[in-house]
Amino acid sequence: MTLRDLLQRDRARRTTLVTGQVTPEAGRCVQCGICTYYCPINIDVRRHAWLGEPVQESHCLTCGECVARCPRGVLHFERIELFQP
Amino acid sequence: MSTRYVIVGQGVAGIAAAEAIRAADAGGHITLLSDDPHGYYSRPGLAYYLTGEISRAHLFPWREAEFTHLRLQRVQGQASVLDPAGHRLLLSNGATLPYDRLLLATGSAALRPTLPGIDLPQVVTLDNLADAERILGLARKAHSAVVVGGGITALEIVEGLREHCRRVHYLLRGERYWGNVLDEAEGRIVLDRLAADGVQVHTHSELAAIEAKRGRVASILTASGKRVPCDLVAMAIGVAPRAELARAAGLQVDRGVLVDEFLRSSAPDIYAAGDVAQVYDVRAGKALLDTLWTAARSHGDAAGQNMAGGSLRYVKPTPLNVTRLAGITTTIIGSVGFGRDADLVGIARGDSELWRQLGQALVAEDEHEVNRLRLLVGPTTLIGAVLMGDQRLSRPLQRLISEQTDITSIRAQLLAPNAPLAALLTRLTEGFR
Repeated sequence: MTLRDLLQRDRARRTTLVTGQVTPEAGRCVQCGICTYYCPINIDVRRHAWLGEPVQESHCLTCGECVARCPRGVLHFERIELFQP
Repeated sequence: MSTRYVIVGQGVAGIAAAEAIRAADAGGHITLLSDDPHGYYSRPGLAYYLTGEISRAHLFPWREAEFTHLRLQRVQGQASVLDPAGHRLLLSNGATLPYDRLLLATGSAALRPTLPGIDLPQVVTLDNLADAERILGLARKAHSAVVVGGGITALEIVEGLREHCRRVHYLLRGERYWGNVLDEAEGRIVLDRLAADGVQVHTHSELAAIEAKRGRVASILTASGKRVPCDLVAMAIGVAPRAELARAAGLQVDRGVLVDEFLRSSAPDIYAAGDVAQVYDVRAGKALLDTLWTAARSHGDAAGQNMAGGSLRYVKPTPLNVTRLAGITTTIIGSVGFGRDADLVGIARGDSELWRQLGQALVAEDEHEVNRLRLLVGPTTLIGAVLMGDQRLSRPLQRLISEQTDITSIRAQLLAPNAPLAALLTRLTEGFR
């Protein structure tokens, strides 16, 4: 992988984080609590997953920790139009 | 007068039923009876509690406010007699709970074989939080542990013990792990990974006796005469629905409480949901058991709606579990295997009998190190899939299989030798989220 590839990948990752919100798929979640446990600002992500609602809290950093940690692929980033022209 | 609802069991089926009842009946009186002193917690989360990945506090998804909001009367106690004619439930402490509608959501319990030493205090199973705490307490002092059984729970215990014990032995009766769900290659990947993690895997090793010294577990003996020194023995040979209450009350019980598509049992105003319920499945043409957490939630939700006057027909969704086997994330969808597994008696936890209803299907496989994809290909649709490692195709496959998407356009390519399965499926499912 070249430096250019690396930078492009990093750019894509940052764009996803800024323009996305964490969205759960309730049918996959078993409420294990790993998402909530690892949230750096203590958002109860698991509650959102139970209700099947996206994490729309303004505090959410979209850091991706819960998405990456979820062992069942319940959470994903969904694009929002907030920053779109 | 408000309707009196009694829910026996405070697992996810009971909780989902309580939510559904309250949504439909604001004035009803809901009693939630539990014989588990810890109330409602995530049973699947116990695996991560054993490995230390989450704290004990994080096992509990609901705060007090959520229970208060639903106005649930929570009672801790043991149901002893169900009286369908009298519409009442008797508790072991002498109390009586009259009901208009009752839900049995008593779950399932781990089976124990009959063999010498099985009642020693260091022989454990994993059903609930108390069991997990007991395992952790024993594991922290143990030098060597033996795990016997199959399915997901056996590996959850192996992985948990691996974090605390110097030596962990895993005994399998045959050559393969979970041979009626995973194929030979998938089973090999799991056992190789366990061995690489330092677990001593003993195939062709049937437990014959647990031996004690001064009242404590000291070793196990296999049928072939092999002795393995240990301080702790964990059994995970399968679970059985906790249907004794229903059976004694004269309800129709097969392996679980038989319920129709509205989750109604054979007795008036009594419903069943979750592991204890044996629900009729249209596709299989018979009533089957599921021990999947998400299925239990769906059962509870449907039963709750119907108890509150609804008429929701429950249709079993395509069974799905995403789990971790020896550290490898694995998705199992649809029908993927058949037959019996020598290490399990009946069903395991996190399991579905639908997985083993595989009829005629061709197999397409793609493997790279621990990443593996196996597709069960029917005449026009995919019937099932097992995906290990890289999970990018997990959601698209779930949709393809559950929605019975026509795959005729790529079927021949999928079945060609050395077909690039992932690439073909990615192209087919590009429009999926």
